[in-house]
Amino acid sequence: MKAARLARRNVLHRPLETGLSVLLLAFGVGIISLMLLMQRSLTEDLDRNIKDIDLVLGAKGSPLQLILANVYHVDVPTGNIPLAEARKVMRHPYIAEAIPLAYGDNYELFRIVGTEHSYPDHYGAEIADGRLFEAPFEVTVGAEVAATTGLGIGDTFYSAHGLTDGTDVHRDKAYTVVGIFGRTGSVIDQLLLTPIESVWGVHEDIEDADEEITAVLLKKKNPLAILTLPNLLRDTPMQVALPAIEMNRLTQQFGIGLQTLRAVALLIMGLSFVSVFIALFASLRDRRYELALLRTMGAPPGHLFALVLFEGLWMTVAGIVAGLLLSRIGVAVLGQVLADRFHYDVAQLAPVSGEFALVAAALLVGAVAAGIPARAALKIDISNTLGQGR
Amino acid sequence: MLNTAGLRYRYPDAAAEMVFPDLSLEKGRELLLLGASGTGKTTLLHLVAGMRTPTQGSVDLAGQPFSALGTAERDRSRGRNMGIVFQTAHFVRSLTVRENLALARSLAGCTPDDGMVTGLLSDLGLGHKVDARVDALSVGEQQRVSIARAVVHGPGLILADEPTSALDDANTDAVLALLRAQADRTGAALLIVTHDQRLKDRMSDRVELASNPAAA
Repeated sequence: MKAARLARRNVLHRPLETGLSVLLLAFGVGIISLMLLMQRSLTEDLDRNIKDIDLVLGAKGSPLQLILANVYHVDVPTGNIPLAEARKVMRHPYIAEAIPLAYGDNYELFRIVGTEHSYPDHYGAEIADGRLFEAPFEVTVGAEVAATTGLGIGDTFYSAHGLTDGTDVHRDKAYTVVGIFGRTGSVIDQLLLTPIESVWGVHEDIEDADEEITAVLLKKKNPLAILTLPNLLRDTPMQVALPAIEMNRLTQQFGIGLQTLRAVALLIMGLSFVSVFIALFASLRDRRYELALLRTMGAPPGHLFALVLFEGLWMTVAGIVAGLLLSRIGVAVLGQVLADRFHYDVAQLAPVSGEFALVAAALLVGAVAAGIPARAALKIDISNTLGQGR
Repeated sequence: MLNTAGLRYRYPDAAAEMVFPDLSLEKGRELLLLGASGTGKTTLLHLVAGMRTPTQGSVDLAGQPFSALGTAERDRSRGRNMGIVFQTAHFVRSLTVRENLALARSLAGCTPDDGMVTGLLSDLGLGHKVDARVDALSVGEQQRVSIARAVVHGPGLILADEPTSALDDANTDAVLALLRAQADRTGAALLIVTHDQRLKDRMSDRVELASNPAAA
């Protein structure tokens, strides 16, 4: 019987000690792996949506809110801006591309966004069925919207006022679905897109003022745009915000919480190795007859070393595997919650590069924690152990 | 099979050196090593088994200088050539009876042979305990299993430490017969170490150990 197989039998023979060690390690590895997976999903998600948007033009207010509202569509906008004013910025020589957005209504809590074809083009959205919106009150819906609401080509619906509840329905003008986008993994999946004129049309009875929009996504032609535009807008009700900088600021604020969590996870992992170490040492005392017996049956000291080392590694590997499974279950559950609440899809289960380092480090520390009791097994005096008296 | 010459041993904390008579045992023969407590018979057994290194003298096993081997080599040679029945039966507790015997064969370098293992257990009246956990055995069963384990790999030399001291006359005869039968089956030499005077009348070849002052 190979040492590895006997080691497995031995650790299974002590289910409580083994269970405690494996459980602790599983939680330590699981939390860290979960953090790595979430971080990857969030970073990819955030980056995919920022995609070449250098600046966002909108009403004055919190720049972070401006980004969250108009790039990610998770916050309410800072307000509206007059289209005539916005055009001055959109036509500025430093600007390469400008995508106007106007919104304020929802359909079953999915935002109806008035824009131009350049918006879906920017995210590489392709038509899965039907066509792009052309005339007012035609909409092309994102893949997630179609899947959740069941909207199909030719369906008509009324929009509800506001972004956060669906009770105040505009009964006068109905939208018609003319197309459905394929899945992009970007914010387009969660939106219903229509010409800007539709949004004005719905609200024309309420306010008769100048044409207004909510924000403009800008791509710069010249890096000086970042320095020049804020000055240009100083005396207007408008501002520009930089998505990259605002999101960086946001993740740094997450960072403190994440660091605390990581420290707790490392502590649990540390405890798990102490637990492996103690379990092996205690079992060594219990089993000294057994180990001496193995020697008399022909197992050299190296065999005993390997046996105890394998016992520790077996617990370590079981803990790592359980931890990685745990983190995947966690991501799936959290992903479901986020998908339900924010229409965000973060459930990606493929291994992150950081996890390889995590596994390697856990194996190494596990081997050290098992190596010390394994060395003690080398030193067992078989004659003293088995000879009761001389 | 076994020859010892001029064996002496001194425990690290003892003043005097223990001196042992020379032993010689051919294959298929048996020898009783008789001594009251304090004669160092367990020490001699452990020297013969290579579990201790003699201060002086040598142990030859199957024509090889056994006591001169390094620790690991001595462990392997012992596993192949000897089967030891200890005074108290010890087993690998995570394994079943069958697996303990298979482990002994594996460590001795024998090929796996489940038919041989179960056949041997049946011969010893343990056919129904093949897949039992060793903790679940009675003391008598444990002794028979430890005898089975000592012979399962067909060793040339069987060593038994006080195999009968805790038994009544009827069981003493039974265990002795068992050890002899197993030694006969494989043609092994049998060395029994005991203070049990009852065995004196039952075995003709014997060496009596004199009182050894250092073996307190």
